[in-house]
Amino acid sequence: MEKLLRVDMSNLEARFEDLPDKYALLGGRAMTAAIVADEVAPTVHPLSERNKLVFAPGILTGTTAPSSGRLSVGAKSPLTGTIKESNAGGISAQKLASLGIRALVVEGKPAEKGFYVLVLSSEGARIEPAGDLAGLGCYELNRRLWEKYGKNSGLMCIGPAGEAGMPTAGVSTNDRENHPGRYAGRGGLGAVMGSKGLKAIVLLCDKVFEAPVAEPEKFKEAQKLLSKAILEHPVTAQALPAFGTAVLINILNEAGGLPTKNFSAGRFEEAAKTGGEAMAEFCKTRGGKGKMGHGCHPGCIIRCSNIIPDEKGEVACAPVEYESSWALGANCGIGDLDTIARLNYLCNDVGLDTIETGVTIGVLMEGGLLAFGDGSGAIALLDTEVRNVTPLGRIVGAGAAVAGKTFGVVRVPVVKSQGMPAYDPRAVKGIGVTYATSTMGADHTAGYSVATNILKVGGFVDPLQAEGQVDLARNLQIATAFVDASGLCLFTAFPLLDIDYALPAVADMYAARLGRPFTVADALEAGKEVLRVERKFNEAAGFTKAHDRLPDFMKYEKLLPHDVVFDVTDEELDTVHNF
Amino acid sequence: MPKVSVRLFATLQRYLPPANIGEATVMDVSPGTTVQSLLGELGVPLEQVKIVMINGIHTETDYVLQEGDRVGVFPPVAGG
Ligand code: SF4
Repeated sequence: MEKLLRVDMSNLEARFEDLPDKYALLGGRAMTAAIVADEVAPTVHPLSERNKLVFAPGILTGTTAPSSGRLSVGAKSPLTGTIKESNAGGISAQKLASLGIRALVVEGKPAEKGFYVLVLSSEGARIEPAGDLAGLGCYELNRRLWEKYGKNSGLMCIGPAGEAGMPTAGVSTNDRENHPGRYAGRGGLGAVMGSKGLKAIVLLCDKVFEAPVAEPEKFKEAQKLLSKAILEHPVTAQALPAFGTAVLINILNEAGGLPTKNFSAGRFEEAAKTGGEAMAEFCKTRGGKGKMGHGCHPGCIIRCSNIIPDEKGEVACAPVEYESSWALGANCGIGDLDTIARLNYLCNDVGLDTIETGVTIGVLMEGGLLAFGDGSGAIALLDTEVRNVTPLGRIVGAGAAVAGKTFGVVRVPVVKSQGMPAYDPRAVKGIGVTYATSTMGADHTAGYSVATNILKVGGFVDPLQAEGQVDLARNLQIATAFVDASGLCLFTAFPLLDIDYALPAVADMYAARLGRPFTVADALEAGKEVLRVERKFNEAAGFTKAHDRLPDFMKYEKLLPHDVVFDVTDEELDTVHNF
Repeated sequence: MPKVSVRLFATLQRYLPPANIGEATVMDVSPGTTVQSLLGELGVPLEQVKIVMINGIHTETDYVLQEGDRVGVFPPVAGG
């Protein structure tokens, strides 16, 4: 019987419960959404004892399905006020699943402020005082936790930003080399963890692929098909391992949709120095520990991740992803990869979301606190202000919306107070529809229209025209909600969109894992149900269609080089969730 | 002769390595040259070409190059 583990931080008690029947088919985002919706009142304060933080591996996580080791973390978000799911790689999700834990629910809050470590193994769960681990950055924290609990422990932890309740703090998870850089970054879930007095969760478990599978033979057959699709698709077979996700820098720059200097232009003159090709060159010429084609967890056959070396070949940061390279690079007018890697390292260490941090610093640059391109100024903001939790550090950690208000800035690229990722919606209109209407605030992963607008995956819809974007964003949001429940990495979506036998193979794996019929139609229905649950929560939390909008400046400020505004109408946006 | 600036990206970079990273190669092409014939001259296997952008607009390979065009060519790539 698979379990739900409930950790009550008010009484410092942990207890295992049988997984309720109503959750039997849910994993990942479907599980976190259902538990948050069932157990958290939509109007609670996100940092109060009445919020809950839920960790859930996907349905296929902990099986031998390729690239399936993803973790969902959910709660009510202190950044957006909406329900939130943030997805991470790393080694912890497979361990949770192999321990038979389908959901880990952290609730309550210690009566007296203090920090604890939750230690989980096949023998059970215990809660220990964090002692002098409190206050540490994630790199030193991870080092000490491996020293204390053993190498290969799965770690989910927070840095000083999470401890201080900053609404853009993320939850770090470690990779196989114990870098803390695999973040459930978005939406401030690290602050929720901090509010519960939980500094780290340690998973003592060497098992990786031991989630129960009802029909192993059938599972294997379907799994082979998905692997074949992944290895057949040129994007997952070649481009992602060779250049990582940052291969997108140049293509978005060419397309005029790479947000530059706080979304004031669509091209950055130094973009190429910050892209995947430049990273691959770094790894080749600097050597040492540098590496492209790194897998964030065992069993990933795509391996989009990387280890970026410094000048001496030591680890500067692992990984530097597209979104981070853009947020801390082009968006801040910074064209130096070493500076970007340093900023990314600092975000990982103090425990902030890289996207939100880059968007926030961009707004602060616009507001005149520091100049665009000022790398050392940006480093000081993180290393000094955030790390020491100064008032200015708290502004940085509060996100772009707060920074904009504090400094009187109009051009603030957020939806539902969450900073926009690395695609300008005026030049990539499909992603604008997703940003506006996603249940998460501005989130590219919620419905990655960029695939079809820019990359010609899943067909082609002209990124500069309003036509077709609503249908595209709707279908992708539904499909993505399912993928996020499965535990498959979202990058499997490229073969899933292009290769006809891939999605049926995933449905077959579901059926074999759970020992019940499951079809592609069931998968899409499952995706729709996740969105319905999330929307209902948000409505009850006070969100209306007026919140499903992009910031007003995008309707009248023209973006170069294409001289475009965002012109999908409000009426059209309101039809995205008609399904 | 129309002058165009050309950038090949990712695995295609090797067919026209930039002098400095991100720098376009400026080329004179005969009037009537299409993207396809230009790529042929550079030795780029067409089956490896997925995306062509002219001045930031997705374009097909039969497009006839014009004075001042900015040409960007990509193999299949993605990320997120
Ligand atoms: S493709 Fe990349 S992000 Fe996805 S599971 Fe593999 S290494 Fe992790």
